[in-house]
Amino acid sequence: MMNEQRREFIKKTALGVFAGFGVASGLVPAFSLEKTVLPAWDEKPVPGKIRWGMLIDMRKCKEDCQQCAAVCHHVHNVPDFRNKKDEVKWMWKNPYQNVFPTASQQFVSKEIKDRSCLALCNHCAESPCTKACPTEATFKRWDGIVAMDYHRCIGCRFCMAACPYGSRSFNWQDPRMAIHDPVTTYPTREQGVVEKCNFCSDRLVKGQRPACTEACPEQALTFGDLNDPASDIRQLLETNATMQRKPELGTKPSVFYII
Amino acid sequence: MIEKALKGNRSYWIWIAFLIAVIGIGLSAYNQQRWFGLTVTGMGRDISWGLYIAQFTFLVGVAASAVMVVLPYYLHHQKEFAKTVIIGEFMAVSATLMSMLFILADMGRPDRLLNIMLYPSPHSMVFWDLMVLSGYLVMNLVSSWAMLGAERKGAQPPAWVKPLVYLSIPWAFSVHTVTAFLYAGMPGRHLWLTAVLAPRFLASAFAAGTALLILVSLILKRTTGFDTGKEARAKLTVLAAYAGLANIFFLGTEFFTAFYSNVPAYKESLQYLFFGLDGNCQFVPLMWFSLISGVASIGVLLVPKLRNSTKWLVGACSALVLSIWIDKGVGLILGGFVPSPLQEIVEYTPTTTEICVTLGIWSIGILLLTLLLKVFVAVKMANEQ
Repeated sequence: MMNEQRREFIKKTALGVFAGFGVASGLVPAFSLEKTVLPAWDEKPVPGKIRWGMLIDMRKCKEDCQQCAAVCHHVHNVPDFRNKKDEVKWMWKNPYQNVFPTASQQFVSKEIKDRSCLALCNHCAESPCTKACPTEATFKRWDGIVAMDYHRCIGCRFCMAACPYGSRSFNWQDPRMAIHDPVTTYPTREQGVVEKCNFCSDRLVKGQRPACTEACPEQALTFGDLNDPASDIRQLLETNATMQRKPELGTKPSVFYII
Repeated sequence: MIEKALKGNRSYWIWIAFLIAVIGIGLSAYNQQRWFGLTVTGMGRDISWGLYIAQFTFLVGVAASAVMVVLPYYLHHQKEFAKTVIIGEFMAVSATLMSMLFILADMGRPDRLLNIMLYPSPHSMVFWDLMVLSGYLVMNLVSSWAMLGAERKGAQPPAWVKPLVYLSIPWAFSVHTVTAFLYAGMPGRHLWLTAVLAPRFLASAFAAGTALLILVSLILKRTTGFDTGKEARAKLTVLAAYAGLANIFFLGTEFFTAFYSNVPAYKESLQYLFFGLDGNCQFVPLMWFSLISGVASIGVLLVPKLRNSTKWLVGACSALVLSIWIDKGVGLILGGFVPSPLQEIVEYTPTTTEICVTLGIWSIGILLLTLLLKVFVAVKMANEQ
């Protein structure tokens, strides 16, 4: 009787001690049992130090290829409702005059006029959407990415009205029914929240490039740090004539185009 | 004092029962929307706001227009408004409540409403709008209720009421200015991106709200025999007419800037609404109806012979309210989304569910107004005897 109580006491004490170790290990980062991976390329978050950007070379982009968008939508569990009203999209193609409505439209070559251009979130340096958001559910990260917190979004859709590029989608209904081939590496969203391209912040954190840039068979997409003069993207920007969408609005898009 | 709303004749109770029935229909439609999502509305990726936000915008205007009786009565001692001022404030209370309910109905995740308070974001106009709207609601309800309570007892109102009323005057202007700023600060939505939006909102609010106040006072006279007085109505009529005129003038300046400058982005929305764009003219008949009925009703209100006849007055006020409801609700909100940022023209038609929710919210507001006015009339009638 006595022994049994003692055994029970020792058992519980030992469990308590182990639990204590578990807690203590979290206090000292070097000994922590679970490590959080720091952002890509081992950079520590210094606000404004990095500004991720993308350059799309439309000369290389093939007219009937949508590989980038297909891969993007697959790895991020973007639903496909197969109707325009409920549509959710992160990356898509539209005719030149729709993507660049304020650019010169007169006497452009047939080649440019007929071309479909890739559209995605511009991750603007002066983003109107983050300004409009009443809960900071959409916010500017330290590395220039305009991110979304799906758990904080109240679904008021002010960011959608504020975005001059139509880059944001709302989950008008439960998206999970419309994800035909789900992946487990990225969360699904709920009915009633806004979503959009996240510049693959989920992949950057693992040291990978954005999925669309990897998927493009023509290497038409260049991703890099706009603040680093030695980066590939900066080299291309300095040696080519490039365009941004609606630059007159002062949003300073981080996505550039070679037409 | 509230017990006075529990005593009424047969038609009063039929009216209350009718409103409750419509609220029931609205709630069941809202339940459907909560379950299936906002896909049950006519809104979509390109036209992401619709009937709800249109009602919200219109109703904030109605709420702000209480200042049209509060200001002359309290600051300029216009005694004619003695019997109208509390009606105006009660209308502001129910209109503010409705506008807040329309915001709630439009939200994808209404369960997260308090996030606006938990993560206050002064850079967002929605945060300021919620602050001014809830402040305005409390301010009007408390001050008008206290005034009426004092009147019932035949006593002087408490000393704190006056400062509260004075505060509500600039607050009314701020309520509608902030509402205009919700839209007027967005790059790329050129119908909204105009400095004249806030002044135009105030003008249309003072026209529609005042016209509605005239109609409510006439309904009260007809149903209860309580008359706010011919002089008060005559003054309100002139106020509504000139506010309506200012609204048409501001619309004219919008047309001039857009079409004389010939900048496509500024022209396109107006062109879509009034003349049709690329063969799409969903709202053209509605917008012309709004413009013509607006101009005609202002004309009637400006002619003394016509406005002194109750029939013409009712017709003109109803037409003015309807005209501004179309112009500011339907036209302004939906027109702002066309063409889309990708130059697409998308049509929008509200669904039955959406219309039922809308009618339900209107009924909640009208029910509240009915109860408040019932108390008001009972107090006034008891004092007059």
